[in-house]
Amino acid sequence: MPTPNNGGRLLRYVDALREGIAQEMERDPRVFLFGLDVDDHKGIQGSTTGLQQQFGTKRVFNTPLSEDAMTGVAIGAAMAGLRPVHVHIRMDFLMLCMNQIVNMASKAHYMYGGAVRVPMVVRSMIGKSWGQGAQHSQGLYSMFMHVPGLKVVAPSNAHDVKGCMIAAIRDDNPVIFVEHRLLYPTEAYVPEKPYAVEFGKARVCTHGDDITIVGVSNMAVECLRAQELLREAGIHAEVIDPISLMPLDSATIMESASRTRRLLVVDNAWTACGASAEILARVAEAGGAREGIAMARMGFAPTTCPPSPPLEREFYPNPVTIASRAYAMVHPDAPPWMPDPEHAALSYQLQFRGPF
Amino acid sequence: MLHPQDSERIYRSLRLIRRVEEEIARIYPTDKIKSPVHLSIGQEAVAVGVCDVLKPDDVVAPTYRSHAAYLAKGGDLNAMFAELYGKGSGCSHGKGGSMHMIDMNHGILGASAVVGTTIPIAVGYSLALEREGKGRVAVAFFGDGGTEEGVFYESLNFAALHRLPVLFVCENNSYAIHTPIEKRWATRRLCERVETFGMPARLIEDSDVLEIRRQVAEFIDPMRSGGGPAFLECQTYRWREHVGPGEDYDAGYRNRTELEKWQNGDQVAVTAALLKPEVRRRIDGEIETSIAAAIDFAESADWPRPEELLTNAYAE
Repeated sequence: MPTPNNGGRLLRYVDALREGIAQEMERDPRVFLFGLDVDDHKGIQGSTTGLQQQFGTKRVFNTPLSEDAMTGVAIGAAMAGLRPVHVHIRMDFLMLCMNQIVNMASKAHYMYGGAVRVPMVVRSMIGKSWGQGAQHSQGLYSMFMHVPGLKVVAPSNAHDVKGCMIAAIRDDNPVIFVEHRLLYPTEAYVPEKPYAVEFGKARVCTHGDDITIVGVSNMAVECLRAQELLREAGIHAEVIDPISLMPLDSATIMESASRTRRLLVVDNAWTACGASAEILARVAEAGGAREGIAMARMGFAPTTCPPSPPLEREFYPNPVTIASRAYAMVHPDAPPWMPDPEHAALSYQLQFRGPF
Repeated sequence: MLHPQDSERIYRSLRLIRRVEEEIARIYPTDKIKSPVHLSIGQEAVAVGVCDVLKPDDVVAPTYRSHAAYLAKGGDLNAMFAELYGKGSGCSHGKGGSMHMIDMNHGILGASAVVGTTIPIAVGYSLALEREGKGRVAVAFFGDGGTEEGVFYESLNFAALHRLPVLFVCENNSYAIHTPIEKRWATRRLCERVETFGMPARLIEDSDVLEIRRQVAEFIDPMRSGGGPAFLECQTYRWREHVGPGEDYDAGYRNRTELEKWQNGDQVAVTAALLKPEVRRRIDGEIETSIAAAIDFAESADWPRPEELLTNAYAE
């Protein structure tokens, strides 16, 4: 099992994220962080707490509710040589930034013949549960995967979130940084020293020969839970976390799927034109179709996310539905299988601390 | 007082823009120019009046009607023509075109085709200049249409809140493509609207290049030492069609009498009259020489190589 993480302390995702930002701000005076509520008592769920005290109001500051202009401000400051980290408490608000991100940030380096660079990080969080509903729950990252010039990363654990944040700040391109709210309290071993998690390199989280399961963002954790459940049916799943969606390490996924002959992609978003579609298309083009690899994907139900718990439960893939789907792929002729309900309930108490 | 070298410099800049645009219009039917062009003819005085006050290391963010600001700020003429021709030595290496001119060596931020988009980018650049603390300023150019975008008001508020060194310049030519301002604005009191954000605002109605220059200096001097942003609305007039080399007074949406009024106050002619005839002839000759050289440069320049298609898609 590859172990990127040589020691370190058990740290929560949110604290690792903050530590990564703080270490980069310490290292590079050009880095600044801004966004609505970054300096309030909640500090973006704790991910920015204390940073203003440490770095001052010129480098950590609140903004008006002006996502469009604030994105332009980040781009302009980046063109001038600064390295902004722009924080959005929900990904849904990125829709207000689309012109600046799609028409300027992504294209400036190219359409100005390399004369400027736009090193900026756009942090945004995806919500889930507690009735987050239609506009606090969306995983809209595939919209950004579509546009050349942008990088998109969605780390799923504390180790990767710190390393990805450091890599994102050091990157000379605009990086859409996807955080899932449910990951914030999860713990992993995180080295104290600064380190970068390289973009475009997927992580094989568990090894198995029966099926390859790719999980994006929080779905990587759900897939690990499903992988545990599948053991009771004697199925060994290889769970892969792509970490970065653009660039996308389809080679690692292809290598695994070639071996297991089965590939299930579970996205934290809708499937239509999504990251799951892109991953399967790449595997199919790279020979997956010719080799007869069985391919399937799961994601949000094709509707708007409802707040009511019984409906919301149906909206998301979960360890049970993922495990059932994987079982059906491994045993296409067998009757449908469901993991033991008690076991399934316990799966949520599992802590996946790595090392992955 | 206007020194002779000031009037020479201002006339030279106005005349250069006028002649470059006329040459573009002349060449355009040959299809050598591989880009839609939004000509600045008639609007030169705004860019020249503003940029004449700026220092070389100040920056401007032009609109897609970018040629005037590009040239007034000292943008490279050869690289501009080469860009229009789609050549590899163009200012954007053939990847921008007329609507995305840039010259960072002369403080010209890249222009955008999407109206209003560069306003907050100038503000962001000015944030970096404020942090730098060397007294440099940024200028955001935009049209009357640009003030209708929400991002304009967001940008005014943020710039005023942080007292950023940015001058907002509205080139009000009264038309958004073909739609006159009367169909778009409930009132013409733009400066009043802007003042409520917390910055001085001034309207100049006749496009007098010297008055624009004087007003800009008055705004920018305190801005260099923390005085905060300011707003200038300059009424002006687009003599040619929205996009393309020709006139369109027969299209029915505007009347040639509007043009005649503005031609009577043509700032190229007004400033020419300030010069001795021999001085003017010398400047005109130098301009023609430089334009001819730039066209030669563009025509003989190499095309980008096909394998450069993906170069700079990402910064390495």
